[in-house]
Amino acid sequence: MTGLRYVYAVCRPFGTPLQSQLTGVAGDPPRALTHHGLVAVVSHVPERDFAEEPLRRHLEDLDWLTETARAHQGVIDALTTVTTPLPLRLGTVFHDDSGVRTMMEAREEDFLRTLDRLEGRVEWGVKVYAESEPQESARPAQKAASGRDYLRQRRLQTRSHEETWQKAEAFSTRLHEELSAFAEDARLHPPQNPALSKATGRNVLNAAYLVPRAHSEEFVELVDRTKGEMPGMRIELTGPWAAYSFAGETT
Amino acid sequence: MTTPSRMPEPYGQGSSANLADILERVLDKGIVIAGDIRINLLDIELLTIKLRLIVASVDKAKEMGIDWWETDPALSSRARRDELTRENAELRERLARLEELEPGRAEKKEAP
Repeated sequence: MTGLRYVYAVCRPFGTPLQSQLTGVAGDPPRALTHHGLVAVVSHVPERDFAEEPLRRHLEDLDWLTETARAHQGVIDALTTVTTPLPLRLGTVFHDDSGVRTMMEAREEDFLRTLDRLEGRVEWGVKVYAESEPQESARPAQKAASGRDYLRQRRLQTRSHEETWQKAEAFSTRLHEELSAFAEDARLHPPQNPALSKATGRNVLNAAYLVPRAHSEEFVELVDRTKGEMPGMRIELTGPWAAYSFAGETT
Repeated sequence: MTTPSRMPEPYGQGSSANLADILERVLDKGIVIAGDIRINLLDIELLTIKLRLIVASVDKAKEMGIDWWETDPALSSRARRDELTRENAELRERLARLEELEPGRAEKKEAP
């Protein structure tokens, strides 16, 4: 098959073969392209979808993007079980193998340095949601007897809202400090909106932690222990991810 | 398949992974390399910002100084009106220039 080359990640050579049923973006199984001491994991993709013009169009299409993002992440995820991959941003495409090799050669030192830094480490995502809805829905039961009553109820409601956010913030700050102290590195990401995440409650903390594989079990236990510690707060743990949030800073 | 060391079971990944979690990583994180296929980085960044608008709240986006939607005709009726006004003015100007270029034709038309 001809076509273009879509690159998922760069890593050191790994002995274990990738799962045979793994399909990458555009349904083409990812393959390893070795150059010097590095491996690029690539798929062959058709020009009709990945040349400049169609790719730009596709990127504005949330359905296409969702499918491609999941396929991209699927390959990175499979790589994470056998090695430490450096994930590239979605949509890194070259004309042919030699284009990929040229890129690897040019960035070889950067890649090796970053691979050394991240070797044996994974990323864990921790999100905290403040769940204040149940209290609110319980409120309309008591009907205000007068205007003054109504205003007093409103004031109480506002105050309880503020208290919830203050509590949520204090809790998130403390949790982040605790987890950062355990992890080698940490990143704070913008909070997520339920439109994409489909999660309930308000996302008050969205953080990523870089943790050695060997300490991952302990990290997970640490997060698990905080679950249920504070009523009204929900803690969500995701991972292990490839070190997406920590791969970017090649100096 | 053996993993390099003991790992806990994955949490919230695979097909059940939250779309926002995946998108914020594959689009926004990871290593940026200019491939042979040049997708204008600005396009991707714009897209990322658009997604972030969905991902983060509008208030947060405004806080971050992101308010492009106010000038995006697809999203703001005011911007749409501005766009129409601007296009109108542009067309009128072009017409005037064309008429200047062909004075004969314009005159002929006006003559009874």
